[in-house]
Amino acid sequence: MARNKKTTAAAENTTDSESQISLQETVGLSQGQIIRKRFFRHKPAVASLIALILIGVFVFSASGIHLGTEDHPITIPGWWKFGITEILDSNFCQTSVGCPDAAHPFGQDPIGRDYFALVMRGAEQSIMVMLVVGLIGGILGTIIGAVSGYFRGWVDAVLMRFTDFIITIPSIIIGAVIGFKFGNLGVVALATYLGLFSWTGLARLVRGEFLSLREREFVDAARVAGASNRRIIFKHILPNAMGVIIVSVTLMLAGAILLETALSYIGFGVQAPDVSLGSLINDYQDSFTVSPWLFYWPGVLIIGIALCVNFIGDGLRDAFDPRQRRHITRKELLKATFKTPSAPDTKRTVETEI
Amino acid sequence: MFAFIARRIGIVLLILFGSSFLVYNLEALSGDPLSELRTSSAKNKEFLIAQMTRQLQLDVPPPLRYFHWLQGVLGVFTGHPDLGKTRNGLLVVTEISGAIPTTIRLVLGATILAILLGITVGVITAIRQYSRLDYTMTFISFLMFSLPIFWVAVLLKQYMAIEFNNFLASGQITLPWIFGASVIMGLVIAGLVSGSRKRVLSLFGITFLATAGLLFVVNLTDWVLKPGLGIVGVGLIVAGIAAGISSIIVGFENKRVLYASLTVALATISLYFPINAMWSAKHLNLLGMLAPLLIIFAVAVATPFIFTRVDRGSALRTTVISAAFASLFMVIDRMQRTWFVYSNADGIDQRPIPTIGTVSVRLDSHNFWILLMDAFVHVLLPTVALTLISFAGYVRYSRASLLEVMNMDYIRTARAKGLSERTVIVRHALRNAMIPLTTLMAFDFAGLIGGAIITETVFGWHGMGTLFRNAISSQDLNLLMGVFAITSFMAVMANLIADLLYSALDPRIRVGN
Repeated sequence: MARNKKTTAAAENTTDSESQISLQETVGLSQGQIIRKRFFRHKPAVASLIALILIGVFVFSASGIHLGTEDHPITIPGWWKFGITEILDSNFCQTSVGCPDAAHPFGQDPIGRDYFALVMRGAEQSIMVMLVVGLIGGILGTIIGAVSGYFRGWVDAVLMRFTDFIITIPSIIIGAVIGFKFGNLGVVALATYLGLFSWTGLARLVRGEFLSLREREFVDAARVAGASNRRIIFKHILPNAMGVIIVSVTLMLAGAILLETALSYIGFGVQAPDVSLGSLINDYQDSFTVSPWLFYWPGVLIIGIALCVNFIGDGLRDAFDPRQRRHITRKELLKATFKTPSAPDTKRTVETEI
Repeated sequence: MFAFIARRIGIVLLILFGSSFLVYNLEALSGDPLSELRTSSAKNKEFLIAQMTRQLQLDVPPPLRYFHWLQGVLGVFTGHPDLGKTRNGLLVVTEISGAIPTTIRLVLGATILAILLGITVGVITAIRQYSRLDYTMTFISFLMFSLPIFWVAVLLKQYMAIEFNNFLASGQITLPWIFGASVIMGLVIAGLVSGSRKRVLSLFGITFLATAGLLFVVNLTDWVLKPGLGIVGVGLIVAGIAAGISSIIVGFENKRVLYASLTVALATISLYFPINAMWSAKHLNLLGMLAPLLIIFAVAVATPFIFTRVDRGSALRTTVISAAFASLFMVIDRMQRTWFVYSNADGIDQRPIPTIGTVSVRLDSHNFWILLMDAFVHVLLPTVALTLISFAGYVRYSRASLLEVMNMDYIRTARAKGLSERTVIVRHALRNAMIPLTTLMAFDFAGLIGGAIITETVFGWHGMGTLFRNAISSQDLNLLMGVFAITSFMAVMANLIADLLYSALDPRIRVGN
């Protein structure tokens, strides 16, 4: 009995200290500042953000930007001297041809193309797909989920059945149809249709969030004050659902880069002569034993980009989710009971909380 | 409730109708199935075109042809589904029913393994949140989350098949490997515990020495080439697992359940020789293999009634799980003794791990265990690849879910009333934390049949994924629609089942309104 009493007292103590800490942490800061502060405490996420920016700047500056179709290319050249179609002389080395050297840091492929140029172009295409899918999927998913959750009733029923409908259609088929009807439209078209089919998960999440947020007092207050539906959705509810949206979009980005490489790998994605990281791996998987550099570089870039995006997503979730707290173990409860008679040991807990 | 299910099934059928209509017409538009014939130089070109047109009903416009196809599909209700014929004149139903078992064999093991391992690791990292182990596992799971499967597959083929087969030539583990493996084992085990630096270091030392010693014994006894646990090995492992499971489910204080699960272990040991004798029968089949194991399960069901009076449910759970592990290790032991025979068999030639395919074509044997081993080594690499990829998702979800539950008030209440940490986690937190995961599992099992296009391609399996891919690239409309019908049906049904399961497990969620 005595033990129980002590534990309960400790629990109350900790509750007090918990609320004190969260006050101390947030007092005088805006929502954005709090989130920024929490995000920058998540070291792996910050490191990933820096790494991703560096990778992006490096890739786009090296390869340039290539948009448009094969017949009407829109090109901004990069600083790397070789193009992806130039066939160059390659040097012989112990096991094969085109080992990495000073002129070709990533080596050359069996027909003599510079592999650095190919990998950079592949990475450029993959990052482009990632951004376009994130943009289209994110906007569509947010709007459909928001409208569905806010208006409920028949609007909700229709939109959610439409979502189920989209889920059942395999994106490969749409890719094949577009490829046949319109030829090779380039990577942006590919990314657009991938985006048109990847918003379903986000829409469901946003709908769930809107269903619960629309019942809150601040929404009633806004409505009583005469705000229009559009204003309530975009100004009042959406900022509160932003955490879910951003986290889900980062996951979508990481998924998109893998989906594009997978599609290219089985031949339904980026078409030759253009390359993506997936098609490079597909082309050179058999040369793993003789020229391993042809296999490693695209894979390392895919993993690097996807890993960074995943870590950033993790950091954002921690930053946005106020419930994401350290749980208090029995040991700490007992410790708090015996060691801190009145004032809770706030400093230590603050450090361990995030 | 029934009205709700009926309405949902009605909507599901409508959705399936709509999406199959759309996909049928899109795919019909996406290419000309006669293009190959049109450019051919065969003399009877006109005849071939006419024949193909008749066979695939190409003279009927696609929207109308769809209804003809639908009529065949609706034959499901009369027991005679007709999905049409492929371009080569084969029945789509036969093609698909041939491919489904292959795909299930490919992905079922990986899915179950990923769920079990993923949830276990997720729970451990959640309990030890922000520990070194947690950070390491978070990093590893993110890394796996980011791996393209075809890239992993190439690495696995190189290092788990080709290099491993080379290593089997001698079968001797070299010193650097022993050292490396021991360090890793030590780090993992030491990372699991919390406590003073001295305790962690001494645990690391003990694990390091134990692993190194074990690997030296493995080398001395040529265990890699001629493995086997023997009655002692099986007995020790099963008894250890039985004690461990009983300590997790009911705690060590509950001696009755501990004795019940140890009885299961004892039964396994005493049945070791009889079961192995039954397994040596000449014409053994799968049923004959599983039947002797039922005795162990019978013991497992009986013991709780002998040893315990209260809370028989959790006692029964303990003994049945112990029995499952006991059966597993009996089979592993038997398989290990098959290993030497298998790897020296004709057609295997001491390179037992294949990189591609579903069976060894050159293997000529009718022995049940040899064939089982053959199936096992072929499924090994794809299973490892698939498990690595989907494992990460389960780790992340179960960790996040358990952490959220651990912040709930009822967990605080459970602690406050003096329950042990084990009871709080196993009885109060874990059960609630697993509810959201049912959705994920339902979708994973639905994705089983359609899913693994890339894995099948890389490892040369001819399952549903390959059918789907071939159907698209050769514009085989009926075949494509057959695969699509099955996968999309599974997907929408999984959605429905996940909703129902969710409401059954979580009383706060009600369906129907």
